[in-house]
Amino acid sequence: MNIAFAVIVLGVLALVFGLILAVAAKVFEVEVDPRLPQIQECLAGANCGGCGYPGCGGCAEAILAGKAPVSACAPAGPENAAKIAAIMGMEAPSGEKMVAHVMCNGGVNANKNFEYRGVKDCIAAGKVCGGSVLECKYGCFGFGSCVEACKFDAIHIGPNGAAVVDKEKCTNCGACREVCPRKLIVEVPYSKKVFVNCSNKDKGAAAAKVCANSCIGCGLCERTCKLDAIHVVNGVAVIDYAKCKGCTMCAKACPKNAIEPIPTPEEKEKFKAAQKAAAEKKAAAAKAAAEATKAE
Amino acid sequence: MSVTSLLAISLGAILTNNFIFAQFLGCCPFLGVSKKIDTAVGMGAAVTFVMGLASAVCYGVNIILVKLDLGYMQTVAFILVIAGLVQFVEMFLKKNIPTLYTALGVYLPLITTNCAVLGVALLNVQNNYNFIESVVYGITGGLGFLLAIFLFAAVREQLEFADNPKAFDGFPIALVTAGLMALAFMGFSGLKVW
Repeated sequence: MNIAFAVIVLGVLALVFGLILAVAAKVFEVEVDPRLPQIQECLAGANCGGCGYPGCGGCAEAILAGKAPVSACAPAGPENAAKIAAIMGMEAPSGEKMVAHVMCNGGVNANKNFEYRGVKDCIAAGKVCGGSVLECKYGCFGFGSCVEACKFDAIHIGPNGAAVVDKEKCTNCGACREVCPRKLIVEVPYSKKVFVNCSNKDKGAAAAKVCANSCIGCGLCERTCKLDAIHVVNGVAVIDYAKCKGCTMCAKACPKNAIEPIPTPEEKEKFKAAQKAAAEKKAAAAKAAAEATKAE
Repeated sequence: MSVTSLLAISLGAILTNNFIFAQFLGCCPFLGVSKKIDTAVGMGAAVTFVMGLASAVCYGVNIILVKLDLGYMQTVAFILVIAGLVQFVEMFLKKNIPTLYTALGVYLPLITTNCAVLGVALLNVQNNYNFIESVVYGITGGLGFLLAIFLFAAVREQLEFADNPKAFDGFPIALVTAGLMALAFMGFSGLKVW
């Protein structure tokens, strides 16, 4: 009886305190800034940490506090940055959507020094024998560290054994760029479609020896481009996307098929024939001009 | 009850029967939150506040318990009261004094399990203090805690740069210091004003 009484009294006491606390919770409810959940909704929500803050919540708080730019969340893309800017009452930043791109298409065409059978991880593979799995010092191992790192299922090991980005799914969060031990993954504008898929900076012969798809720095692309948009820098062709219009002439001219989109053999033949015809035409015109001056 | 008795209680709570150095209550935050003077003072102030409030509320709860012949449930009931009280204070501060709330941070919930707070509630009952005496004892006991943690934090800040023997570096030397300070506070035991 005594026990029951004690239990009841303490229970009632606890109930009273509970009620007081419940009422207090309502009375003293602190309103969080209504923009905070709105901003968080515009973020990618993958908690990838690419922004440098602890998760999307931390990023939203930082944006609200003005410590981070409205475009802090790369995966959310420019549309969402614009939305956040609207929530914050700021001007939307302009900027083209960027995606990741792997600057190597070696894969099975790259020569291997030995067969690596260790952990399926590029960083681990890169540690074995000084990273000499591939003869190429620059190429993609294809062990998929970037695939592991991607939270958006946007990068995979392609059919030829090198990593390929699915640019529709890519959010440019930068996780793959971080993790790639060979720093092969770069940011490219989403709208562009011509890429030099090789990072081999070695001289022509050395580059040609290690991989069937390597850029040998021959400069054919440079001479073919009418827009001065592609140049051989440090032994590898680099496209200036401010100038490139995506005509794909360089890709067709490349003797090593190192430039994407890789042309079909027919396209190549056609291109060669056209080039030859143009050259003949030019030569004929020059000859004619020379004869004309002679006749005078 | 006179002013002198209240003064005697205060003096006892702050110096002669200091909660930390003489009664060894509240040692956990005393050791845990005394690395920097700023946070130590914040903790001390929070404890003072809660101890005063807990004394007042527990006095009322104790009357109810005694009336119902449930005096033996004091400890449990007081724990309940203190836990609820700290929660309430936390909500109140969060709403009304957010700067203090952020300054106190994690220390405020930590007070829930501070034995000095429970100690003061039980000692009030043991000593048969009336309401005003209880509140005064609670607040001055908190002030004693504040004094102790402030002094200790000041010493510890200096200890950071002291050239201690390696085995004593860090916590050991802090514990030795706390022991020496407790010894020093024992010197107050003969203090009698009235």
